[in-house]
Amino acid sequence: MNALLDPFRFGFMLEAFAMGALLGAVAAVLSCFLVLRGWSLMGDAVSHAVLPGIVLASMSGLPLAVGAFVSGLFCAVASGWIKAHTRLKEDTAMGVAFTGLFALGLVLMSKHVSDLHLDHVLFGNILGIPRPQLIEATVLSVLVLAAVLMLRRDLLLVAFDPAQARALGRPVAALNYTLLTLLSLSIVTSMQLVGLLLVIAMLITPGATAFLLARRFDEMLLKAVLSAVGSALVGIYVSFFLNGSPAACIVLVQALVFVGALLFAPGKGLLRRA
Amino acid sequence: MLTLEANQVTVTYPSGLTALRDASLRLSGGTICALVGVNGSGKSTLFKSLMGFLTPTHGSVSINGRPVREAQKQSWVAYVPQAEEVDWTFPVSVHDVVMMGRYGGMNFLRIPRASDRAAVEQSLRRVGLWDLRDRQIGELSGGQKKRVFVARALAQSSRIILLDEPFTGVDVKTEEAIIALLRELRAEGCLILVSTHNLGSVPEFCDQVVLINRTILCYGPTDEVFTPENLTEAFGGALRAFEFDRSTVEAHDDRQVTVLTDDERPLVLGKRGHLEYRERQGREALVSEREERERAARAAKNGAQED
Repeated sequence: MNALLDPFRFGFMLEAFAMGALLGAVAAVLSCFLVLRGWSLMGDAVSHAVLPGIVLASMSGLPLAVGAFVSGLFCAVASGWIKAHTRLKEDTAMGVAFTGLFALGLVLMSKHVSDLHLDHVLFGNILGIPRPQLIEATVLSVLVLAAVLMLRRDLLLVAFDPAQARALGRPVAALNYTLLTLLSLSIVTSMQLVGLLLVIAMLITPGATAFLLARRFDEMLLKAVLSAVGSALVGIYVSFFLNGSPAACIVLVQALVFVGALLFAPGKGLLRRA
Repeated sequence: MLTLEANQVTVTYPSGLTALRDASLRLSGGTICALVGVNGSGKSTLFKSLMGFLTPTHGSVSINGRPVREAQKQSWVAYVPQAEEVDWTFPVSVHDVVMMGRYGGMNFLRIPRASDRAAVEQSLRRVGLWDLRDRQIGELSGGQKKRVFVARALAQSSRIILLDEPFTGVDVKTEEAIIALLRELRAEGCLILVSTHNLGSVPEFCDQVVLINRTILCYGPTDEVFTPENLTEAFGGALRAFEFDRSTVEAHDDRQVTVLTDDERPLVLGKRGHLEYRERQGREALVSEREERERAARAAKNGAQED
C-alpha cells in the first residue's frame, strides 16, 4: 500500500506533477483552437523550427526561450508568406519551412560545443527542474493561459467565421499572429520540460479528444483541460513505477483517453452508434 | 440616410486577373436589390469590396457616406455567408452563432449583456429557431442552417444586409419564409442586397436589380432592367432560352402553359419580353400600360422625325 504513495514522497515528483498539469492545461487550451482551425500541424512545425533559435541563443548567451520564440514565430510567418505569394498550399509551405529550420538547427548544433544536448531538446526533463526554470515556466504558462482565455471569444469567431470577424471590424490578422505568438510561447515553455517531440502531441490530442466529446466550445475547453491535466498526473505517476520517460507516459495516457473518447463518446462514439 | 455606394471600383487580384472594372452603384434604403450574374462575373468580388474584405485597386466604396472601415466599426453592414463556407462540425450552438452578431457592441471580454440576450432571443424567434437554440449547428436541416445566419444578421441590428446566394440548396418553404422576412425588413426601411443566379425568383421579391458581368452593366427597377436584351448581355451564351411562341405549345394548347421546375424558379417573359409574375394581383394593367408607353415612345419618335 505504502509503495503506491511513494511518488508523492519526493519533492521533484511533486514539482513534476504540478508542472505537468500546468503545461498540459496550457497546451490543451491552445489545442482546441488549433484543432478547430485545421492548424494541428502548426504545433509540429513551430516546435521543430525553434531548434536553430535555441542553438543561436546558447551561442550568444541569450536565454534559450528568446531564441526559440523568435525562430518559432519566424517559421509560422514564413509559411504564411510563402502561401500568400505562391500557388503552394499551406501544409506544403509549412513543411518546407520547418524542416529547413530544423536542419539548420542540427547543423549549427554540430558546429557548436556546449552543454546543450539534442536529447534534452528532443525529450526534455521534467524530473529535477532547476528553480529559475521552474519559476519562468510557471509565469509564462499562467500568462499564456490568461491571454488565451481572455481572447477566446474573438479567437473562436476568427476560427469559425473570419468574414463575420472582418465585418465587425475585428483585427483578424493581429488575432492570428497573437494566437501564433501564444503558441510559440507555450512550446518554448514546455519544450525544456517535456521535449519538443512530445509538445506536439500535447498541442493536438486533448483538443481532438474534447472535440469528440463536446457540443459547445466552452465545454470543449473544459474537457480538453481535464483530459490533459488527468493525463499528466496519471502519466507521471505511472512513469515513476515504469522508470520510463514521464513525457512519453503523459502522451501515451492522452492517446489512450482519445481512443476511449473515439469508442465511447456519448451518441457519437464508434461503439455507441446504434 | 441609408446608402450603399461604389464609385468606379476596379479590383485586380495579385494573379493579374481583373475581376471587376469601373463598377459604380448607388442604392438607398427600403429596397431588396438582386445582384445577378454568371459565376465568375465578379459578384463575390463586388460583395467583398462592399464589405471591406478587400480593398479596391482603384475607386472607393462608401456606406452612409462614410468609408468602409467606419461602417465596420459601427456594424452598419451584416453579411449572410453561403452555406458551403461554414464549418458545420464546429462546436457552437445556434444561440452562440447568433450571439456572434452582437460582438461588435460588446466590451473587450465579449460578455453578453441583458440587451444582447434580448436581441438574440428576438432574432431567433423571428426566424422560428428559438426552440432549437441549444442545438449544435450541424444538427439542423438545410433550411434551418440558412436561417441561423439570417438571425445573426438580425441580431447585429444592421440596416444594410448582404446575402450571398441565400437560396441555393434550400427548400421552397424556407425560401418563401426568408423572402417574407426580407420583405418585412424592406418595409422597415432596410437596404438588402441579394446575390443570386436564380433568375426566376428575382421578379418575385426584388424591386431592383443590378446586372453584373465584370462590371456593372445596368441597375434599376426590376421591370426596366430585367429585359431579354439586358439578360442576354449579362449572361452571354450561358442563358437557356425557351420561347413558347416558337414551340409547339401555342398551337396545341392555346397558350395554356404550366411551368414546373424542381429547385430553380424559371424566369417567365411575355410575348414581347415583358415580365410575367406569378401573382398578377396589382399588376393587371401591366400589358396595357406597356402598350401605352410604347405608343407614347413611338409618337415622340415620329414627332422628332417631323421636326
